[in-house]
Amino acid sequence: MPELTYADALREALREEMLRDPRVVLMGEEIGVFEGVYKVTRGLLKEFGPERVRDTPISEAAIAGAAVGAALGGLKPVAEIMYMDFLTICLDQIATNAAKMHFMSGGKLKVPFVLRTQYSLGRVHGAQHSQFFPSIFFQAPGLKVVLPSTPHDAKGLLKAAIREDNPVVFIESGMLYRTKGPVPDGEYVVPLGQCDVKKTGNDITIVAVSRTVTEALAAAMKLEEQGITADVIDPRTIQPLDLATILESVRKTGRLIIASDDVKCGGVGSEIAAQVVEEAFDSLDAPILRVASPDMPIPFSPTLEQAYMPNAQRIIEAAKKLIG
Amino acid sequence: MLRKMIEIRRFEERVERLFLQEGALIGPSHLYLGEEAVAAGAIGALNENDLITSTYRGHGHAIAKGVPMKPLMAELFGKSTGTCKGLGGSMHVAIYPEKGSMYATAIVGSGIPIATGVGLALQREGKQRVAMTFFGDGATNTGAFHEGINLASVWKVPVIFVCENNMYAMSTRADYAVAAESVASRAQAYKMRSMVADGNDPVSVYLAAKEAIDAARNGQGPTLLECMTYKLHGHGVYDKGEYRPKEEIEAWLKRDPINGLEARLLKANLATQSDFEKIEEEVAAEVEESVAFARASPVLPFDELVKYVYVR
Repeated sequence: MPELTYADALREALREEMLRDPRVVLMGEEIGVFEGVYKVTRGLLKEFGPERVRDTPISEAAIAGAAVGAALGGLKPVAEIMYMDFLTICLDQIATNAAKMHFMSGGKLKVPFVLRTQYSLGRVHGAQHSQFFPSIFFQAPGLKVVLPSTPHDAKGLLKAAIREDNPVVFIESGMLYRTKGPVPDGEYVVPLGQCDVKKTGNDITIVAVSRTVTEALAAAMKLEEQGITADVIDPRTIQPLDLATILESVRKTGRLIIASDDVKCGGVGSEIAAQVVEEAFDSLDAPILRVASPDMPIPFSPTLEQAYMPNAQRIIEAAKKLIG
Repeated sequence: MLRKMIEIRRFEERVERLFLQEGALIGPSHLYLGEEAVAAGAIGALNENDLITSTYRGHGHAIAKGVPMKPLMAELFGKSTGTCKGLGGSMHVAIYPEKGSMYATAIVGSGIPIATGVGLALQREGKQRVAMTFFGDGATNTGAFHEGINLASVWKVPVIFVCENNMYAMSTRADYAVAAESVASRAQAYKMRSMVADGNDPVSVYLAAKEAIDAARNGQGPTLLECMTYKLHGHGVYDKGEYRPKEEIEAWLKRDPINGLEARLLKANLATQSDFEKIEEEVAAEVEESVAFARASPVLPFDELVKYVYVR
């Protein structure tokens, strides 16, 4: 199978969907002439022209609002917000308009757009260019939230997201753009709402999202050398969340670690833990542990940032704590 | 146009009574009383297949765009036969895509960039349709306004941005809060065409809107159209607007848009008093039918709500 980078896999998804559906238009800062800060839109302006690959001013509220409006008007916009930190500037459009429009119109309105963004934790971007806070979207039912961790999933999930009838927040990891992985030739989509069981084991379940999937897999390999085997599960989308697959694993292993780059308090891990406790309390042999970022802003110093981030070592330590 | 204005006036008066006298309606509701000429004039200049977006003060826009009174009234009652099946309420009642009323937001200013996006879709469609969006003077102080009209100007989308300048954002006066010569003057900063119309005169609004619409259809981009008007009462249905000077209220009451239009029609021998009476009679019946319809309609079963969170 050919190997592609995560960034190129995303670009293939955009290109294929633009070829497939003339309603797909791209909009965002630096996506056209500059071809994207991370080159995800490389070559697309040349191929599709400025009508479909639209550079915007630095104007996040307008980008998100225009994506909502363009979707209302019958297009399938894919808007890019350069850093996840900038989502807060346009949260009104995403959470208070887009998420609620289908519901509060009694099902009449549809706003099918994708808002692509990325978080740069690990890339020494400091407190305001590294944040990762997907769990806030749990509070905005009506949105779907996608977090690809591999080139394969990046492509397949983005294609599925573009074909959605609902608004989708598509959160990429800046750390993963240059990582390579197998991407099949030809057409495929990865449906939203299906976990990927990356590895199977018996002793512990490790649920990991986005960048921490790689860390969880590294941790699982190390643990296996020590006789501890783990299920490693990537939910891939947190809204909808494929809880069934996670529960099935927890019922088998009795132990759960949730790894995620967001701060621990109120994060993705908190919600998954709560849902597991509600559904499978009797299957748990130990407390659920979250491996997440500490409850503080992200430090700039590269050394401190490394210390701040969840990693394989911390997942291993958590596993040992559970297994004893 | 007169008919639409009377429809809006009598509908809103009935809504006000349902809130204040009969206690039949609750929740926030922002009436269009006094501003009828803006919706009737501006929307009257659109083609039926053009699109609008509205706001929480949207009853008038909806009626002007042809949304029937029955689902409008039913929505205010929270009934399943309402424009939004009772899930939106007064602030979103104008959502009625069947008639090209594409959205009504309750967040001040947030509909402005959305209108830019609707305009982009219509520009791409290439059928010379236009979008028109409504907002108040207060909205022009939000970031969403400035970002939305800037992007509209950059992309030259066919959108008419209609500001209903009723001089107050809740109780805050525009001459205090709008740091500009006028709302219209703000367009200069974005290389956008602007116009000012007498928002209590539907002909003035219609003529200005028509010019803006023609320009948008011909690929000449967006216009900011400021319509000077005044709320008969306060910001919301429970607000009497007592913070406004008496003399100011009286002066505007003398310029009532419906009385003004009727007087002109009579003077020009284009209509008679009995024509007006006939309209009033028909509209009164329509309003009462809408109330009866709303009262008789059921509420959506709670179990069904989950169906409306996501498109399936």
